[in-house]
Amino acid sequence: MAAKTTILTLPKEEFVHPGNRACTGCGLSIAYRIGLKALGSDTILIVPPSCLTVLQGLFPVASTKLPCLNVTFASTAAAATGMLEALKAQGREHIKVVGWAGDGGTADIGIQALSGAAERGDDFLFLCYDNEGYMNTGVQRSGTTPRGAVTANTPIKGKMQQKKDVPAIMAAHGIDYVATASSAYPLDLYDKIKKALSLQGTKYIHIHTPCPPGWGFEPRYAIKIGRLAVETGYYDLYEVEKGEFRLTGASEKLVEKRQLVPVGEYLKTQSRFRILTPEQVADTQARIDRKWGGYYRTNE
Amino acid sequence: MHIIENGNVAAALGVKLAGAQVIAAYPITPQTPLTEKLAEFIEAGEMRAQYIPVESEHSALAACIAASSTGARAFTATSANGLLYMHEQIHWAAGARLPIVMCVVNRAVGAPWCIWNDHQDSISQRDTGWIQMYACDHQQIIDGVLKAFALAEATSIPVMLCYDGYLLSHTYMPFEVPDEGKVGRFLKPFKPPYALDPANPANLNTVTLPDVRMDVLGEMAHGYMEIRYLLQEDLRAALSVGQEIEDEFASIFGRGGNALVEPYRCDDADYVVVGMGSLTYQLRDVVEALRDEGHKIGVLGIRLYRPFPDQAVAEALGAVRGVFVIEKALSYGYEGALCSDLKAALYEHLVKGGGNGGPAEDGRDRGQPAFVKGLVAGIGGRDIRTLDLTDALRAGMAATAGGGAKGAPAEERPDWIGIKL
Repeated sequence: MAAKTTILTLPKEEFVHPGNRACTGCGLSIAYRIGLKALGSDTILIVPPSCLTVLQGLFPVASTKLPCLNVTFASTAAAATGMLEALKAQGREHIKVVGWAGDGGTADIGIQALSGAAERGDDFLFLCYDNEGYMNTGVQRSGTTPRGAVTANTPIKGKMQQKKDVPAIMAAHGIDYVATASSAYPLDLYDKIKKALSLQGTKYIHIHTPCPPGWGFEPRYAIKIGRLAVETGYYDLYEVEKGEFRLTGASEKLVEKRQLVPVGEYLKTQSRFRILTPEQVADTQARIDRKWGGYYRTNE
Repeated sequence: MHIIENGNVAAALGVKLAGAQVIAAYPITPQTPLTEKLAEFIEAGEMRAQYIPVESEHSALAACIAASSTGARAFTATSANGLLYMHEQIHWAAGARLPIVMCVVNRAVGAPWCIWNDHQDSISQRDTGWIQMYACDHQQIIDGVLKAFALAEATSIPVMLCYDGYLLSHTYMPFEVPDEGKVGRFLKPFKPPYALDPANPANLNTVTLPDVRMDVLGEMAHGYMEIRYLLQEDLRAALSVGQEIEDEFASIFGRGGNALVEPYRCDDADYVVVGMGSLTYQLRDVVEALRDEGHKIGVLGIRLYRPFPDQAVAEALGAVRGVFVIEKALSYGYEGALCSDLKAALYEHLVKGGGNGGPAEDGRDRGQPAFVKGLVAGIGGRDIRTLDLTDALRAGMAATAGGGAKGAPAEERPDWIGIKL
């Protein structure tokens, strides 16, 4: 693997203007700023409705220096295919096509088009920023909202169902590169995007992006909470490269240390988990321990 | 070159001649042979284009929207529920002003499932901001594809070319395949006003406010309403642009000539029957039979349905006593959409305008038709028998014989031809 990017080697050129419409402490705005540095200037973005649509600004002002096609909610990946084929027809294949969608536009309404494009193996990168809910429309549950989270349409009992495992679904398509990342580890995200761009076919990166208003925490804790999600083993950083699963970065180190932070430390930082009973927290811990037991065994 | 082929192949040959660069499609009966033929042309190396076998119609038009926004000539085709599944994207393509061309092989929509022909699918898309052309035979399909691309690119408005499932898509007829050299003269390479390009970045279709807004250079940019107003203005202007393109085509290929409406024996007619698609050619036989009986009747085929050629329709119908509109679709709860549109056009140009100029040279009164009678036929592919059409029109004329303004048939509307209840 190439040398890890550091804050000193990160490119200076910015593709996102400051003063955009993202909320203070937005995980997406961190991932977007660093992610666009990794994508570079020879890129066309495709964006469905999401917080990113708002972040990018209102006509005729744009906060992004890359060309961007806004598309309907369900159609990000299909639009990517159409754009790729148009570029091919024009001899402009060198331009990178990148879909950047939220969890709703990926896991729910967008999954049919994404699955179709991945099955065709179309040569583009799909980035899902997962703030675990429909935040742009006022915090409703999505397929990736975790169990127990209170949202605007699970207001009293919280979401009853588990989080949909989209990276695993994407890996099941047999594409060459699937990775998870977090806005709390932006340099890891940078390196994973770079790696994805070096590969052919459909690439998928799932980015955990803490959301202060949606999750119920103070903006200054956005990085801390993103890290806690990883340090508790609640959200794992990994790559599936040509079918080979490998924990990466901070998650890889946790396997060596074998010392996860108790998940209660993560859950108690966010008001969306306020209704969880001690039994539910213990159940969440047990699920994490089972998952990590598997990681430890593979590493023995 | 003169060949005998089916309507879907005629469309595919038109798309090949037009040099479409990106084709995305999802199979649905009766559209499938058209897209299969295109896939075959491309795999055999006879056509240089990218074929995308998408996983849904929604994605088919998504791919075309992105391809067109990136500067490529894009084509898709569908029918019935496939068209309805695209509905959101159909609006999007028009709002984004993309010159995509789509063949709609007309078929009934579910429920219940019905794979046979009527016009409910495309009529249900009339308010999306697309141009809608209706072909009556195979020649109009293959020529229509070329005209559709020319019109779409001249106006930056997407075009639907509609033709009847089975009746045209699967029947074999002789037609002339346009000469490639002449096509090159008629249809110039696609040069979009803007194509997505990292060297000149733009954020397309972004959130746009209700009111106009200053850009960073101090220039006032459109609000949503201005953008939509311009679409409407350009659609209205497409009536004349469409006719210019038709004239250009006729001067190069020596056929065609009327982009908006196609009158048949209307000049001295007391009655005119109006329709769209292959039905209007069937109606020519009906008109001949009724003329043999002494009825002065003609047919007016609507070739361009959106934008609606209101003036041409009013001019064609201003001198007649009665109008029959036969449709294969309904605006459920009222009447056929064409019937409503036509009545609005007559009101606008003949009633509000106080008629169109008094007695004509031949001495007949010119005011407005005494009645407009809506009829529905062929829903879900029910056979439209020429005899039934003849009987319905004969009965309609008899009911209003000698009638002035009060002679209009007042029974429930519309009449269903061939209903068995």
